[in-house]
Amino acid sequence: MTDRDFERRLPGTVEMSSLARRWAKSHLDPILLFGLLGIVAYGLVVLYSAVGKNQTIFLNQAVRMLFAVCVMIIVAQIHPRIYLRWAPFVYLGGLILTVAVLLNGIEVKGSKRWLEIPGLFRFQPSEFMKIAVPLMVAWFLHERQLPPSLKDAAISAIIVIAPAIAIIFQPDLGTALLVLFAGSVVIILGGINWKWIAYVFAALATATPGLWLLLKDYQKQRILTLFNPESDPLGAGWNIIQSKTAIGSGGIYGKGLFEGTQSQLEFLPESHTDFIIAVIGEELGFMGIMFLLTLYCIVISRSIYLSVQASDTFQRLVTGALSFTFFVYVFVNIAMVMGMLPVVGVPLPLVSYGGSSAITLLTGFGIIMGVITRKT
Amino acid sequence: MANSLSIKDSFSERQLYASRSMSLGLLVLVMFFLLIARSIQLQVVEYDAYRTRSDENRIQVEPIAPSRGLIYDRHGTLLAENRPQVSLMIVKERVQDLGWLLDEIGKLIEIKPTSIESFWRKLDKPRRPLEGVPLKTVLSESEQAILAVNRHRLKGVEVVSELVRFYPFGDLFAHSVGSVRRISPGDLERLDLAEYRATKFIGRRGVESFYEETLHGISGYRRIETDAHGMVQRELEVIDALSGQNLTLQLDAGLQEIAVNALDGRRGAIVAIDTRSGGILVMLSSPSYDPNDFVEGMTTVQFSKLSESKDTPMFNRAINGLYSPGSTYKPIVALAGIADNLVNWKEEIQDDGWFQIPGEDRIYRDWGWTVEDSGGQGKTNLRRAIYRSSNVFFYDLVTRMDVDALATFSANFGYGFNSAIDIPDASEGLVPTRSWKKSAKGSAWYLGDNVNLGIGQGDLLVTPLQLATASTVIANRGSWVRPKMLLASDKIVNEALSREAPSRVEGISSADWELLIDAMEDVVHRGNRGLGEDGTAWPYIGQNINYRMAGKSGTAQVVEIKQGDEYDEDDLDEYNRKHAWFTAFAPADNPSIAIAVLVENGGGGSSVAGPIARAIFDAHLSSDQEQVKYTAKLRPDR
Repeated sequence: MTDRDFERRLPGTVEMSSLARRWAKSHLDPILLFGLLGIVAYGLVVLYSAVGKNQTIFLNQAVRMLFAVCVMIIVAQIHPRIYLRWAPFVYLGGLILTVAVLLNGIEVKGSKRWLEIPGLFRFQPSEFMKIAVPLMVAWFLHERQLPPSLKDAAISAIIVIAPAIAIIFQPDLGTALLVLFAGSVVIILGGINWKWIAYVFAALATATPGLWLLLKDYQKQRILTLFNPESDPLGAGWNIIQSKTAIGSGGIYGKGLFEGTQSQLEFLPESHTDFIIAVIGEELGFMGIMFLLTLYCIVISRSIYLSVQASDTFQRLVTGALSFTFFVYVFVNIAMVMGMLPVVGVPLPLVSYGGSSAITLLTGFGIIMGVITRKT
Repeated sequence: MANSLSIKDSFSERQLYASRSMSLGLLVLVMFFLLIARSIQLQVVEYDAYRTRSDENRIQVEPIAPSRGLIYDRHGTLLAENRPQVSLMIVKERVQDLGWLLDEIGKLIEIKPTSIESFWRKLDKPRRPLEGVPLKTVLSESEQAILAVNRHRLKGVEVVSELVRFYPFGDLFAHSVGSVRRISPGDLERLDLAEYRATKFIGRRGVESFYEETLHGISGYRRIETDAHGMVQRELEVIDALSGQNLTLQLDAGLQEIAVNALDGRRGAIVAIDTRSGGILVMLSSPSYDPNDFVEGMTTVQFSKLSESKDTPMFNRAINGLYSPGSTYKPIVALAGIADNLVNWKEEIQDDGWFQIPGEDRIYRDWGWTVEDSGGQGKTNLRRAIYRSSNVFFYDLVTRMDVDALATFSANFGYGFNSAIDIPDASEGLVPTRSWKKSAKGSAWYLGDNVNLGIGQGDLLVTPLQLATASTVIANRGSWVRPKMLLASDKIVNEALSREAPSRVEGISSADWELLIDAMEDVVHRGNRGLGEDGTAWPYIGQNINYRMAGKSGTAQVVEIKQGDEYDEDDLDEYNRKHAWFTAFAPADNPSIAIAVLVENGGGGSSVAGPIARAIFDAHLSSDQEQVKYTAKLRPDR
């Protein structure tokens, strides 16, 4: 008896309407798609306000988002076994590129993150690793006995840590932590013993004072500023003070779209990129933030639900990791702008201005949709 | 059996996954609630506080720019100061109709058409958000009053009082002190935003650039409460800015003025170094430009006139001009020969005015071949080879030397690297070696290259600063002091960490040093001996002199003279004529100052560059005794 036989007996394979059949052919999940498009549309409206109704920037972003959605639809057409076959190569290629950045990268503001193919385009290999690392760990674990043995868990950890170290040296601590998280979540979902997780946390907690010494001065400053922004009102504290003021003054219903005094008068820095949630908070208030959180909640809970339905371990691990990673972006960004976490360069998913993060994220959802619409 | 195990596993793995994602899902839920709770805290609980802060009584943090440190010369003469300037700025982002606004302002106060032109030009340039663009830079008190009365209807107009950099000596110190310019968005990418939030100017070139951190100071801020119209209600907290440090430079403004006058508008460069400390007393490059023009930015026409001039006024010849050192290199070849026991002070050769490498056809000539038609310097030993500047003697010596050893020895005198402490953009020059020639020109080293190198021609390139440094090393009998601009500062300066000086020159006995310096004194002081017997510089600077100077002239070829051709000044385009060099230090027995003078396409080193060096020595050595300072002419106010 195989999985396939098991499946055939499941109910629900009755007549489908032609519309539903067409949907099934598209390999898109309607609820997930609805949530994602909702976020993108809402984000564009807020962005239009954040950039002071600058049409060029707005159109620019709209085109990028359209492109990213197309990428998602195309990725959804790829069969999961392709990922299974290519995961190790994708990972190794990405790892090589990540190291290549250290040697040959373009330096922007003191850190080397970009690789350029002269005359064509430039890209961030570390962005790519956010997907390649969970793919690789899932590939490694799927044919092994789960929950993983200590040895398998250790090998998985090396798969995760190697690229993270390369990224730390760029230096890009924020992305390194996110890659680390994306990989670790696969191991946790794979069923690693809770006890070991507790050990890792305990070890990290003991090492904290030592890690503190390793941080650069500006990174320490960012963490200290979190507790007392007023101590450095011109530097690291500036953004936090301004963003908290913007959000707090929005109240329950907000000051109205395009009416935010903090964001419109440019007190608020990075208002269209990393700090865009502050514009939502000020202009659309608590309700505006709740609306966005609801959309995020729909997307995340739907994709977690779908990942549980996936038909094999590899698919479950990949889709689960991508879903939880998406949530982490949301949480880290909003918590940072609200002054709960230190300032790290993480954009608000699908809302902040910029294309490369949206492409990565929607590629991730493309993978999720492609996986769960096919029963293998 | 295996099959059933795999099914069982597949099922338990599904179970395991479901339970894990349930746990993580719960965690996600908790974190979502954390975000919601924080939102409620900020937007509902603390709403009133933030609303007040953002609204009617707005509390703002206003950065305060520190005032830039002043720059003095060694006698306390101001070389760079800050002048208060009240100007009329327009913040474009706050203006509804710019054309209307300009008309309205024109009705109230006088605005020249040229100011409006330059306003539109500056408006097009990239700048920071909400940064004002100057419309009129000097406002009288009555004009300020008129604007204050009409302020309510002129939205976007700001009357700003700020300190603006001013260089009272104009073009005299453009290359050494440098200048500041308005901060551009490009600068902001590399600057610490917290420190430069209020700062409008940043050092560019020279001391202004190298000591930027020290001169800039530390920003302050004030927390103010404003009403809905943006009027300041009260000040809640003020953290004063810390002014930048004042710097006292080694430069001597009076001496610089004398040097400029002696150069008399010719193209060239002069560097004078205090041999005891390495302090740079004079650094000039001619022609120069007015650094004040850079402070507010100039028109495209002005700028292209400056940057496209054939005389390259913006180019700092003193530290970046690369020239063949010509005969001024001979003392170093001589010392290298002594260190390797290839030559001594007694040995004589017959100098008939020409030299041939055995087995080659090419004839290398003495400089005197055409000038005096003397047919060479006759019987010549090392001393005579220096004061008569015999090429043949050095051709002979250098063909017996190893070029790589000579290169290593030359580095003892600062050639081939930048030895200055606080002039990072000084060029390193070029001292050719076998491997350099192989990689740069793809060909092997020939003995003929040695011959050229022996008289400071060929591929060897040095800057005037390097020549003055080499003379400083000779003046100090082989001991080193690194050249530097900074004399003193209020506090210890971060930038100029004292770098270790190169080690002293090895292999030369003190007797040899004295004999070399005697020979260099002969260059200047040996006179009245008849044709072909006087020091090369004596006829021009050796008379009526009450101190001992040790020097060496040099005349560097700019274009190669073909075999058999004669060098005829009149046939050559001005820009192809020889460069005139003179370097010297004084007093010879107890030196206090070393100088290098370069006059581009000037002709003879002794006749053209020598008198300029003498004028500077005369002024410096007499003022040392009298303690009376000569003064430089201030640039009239504009």
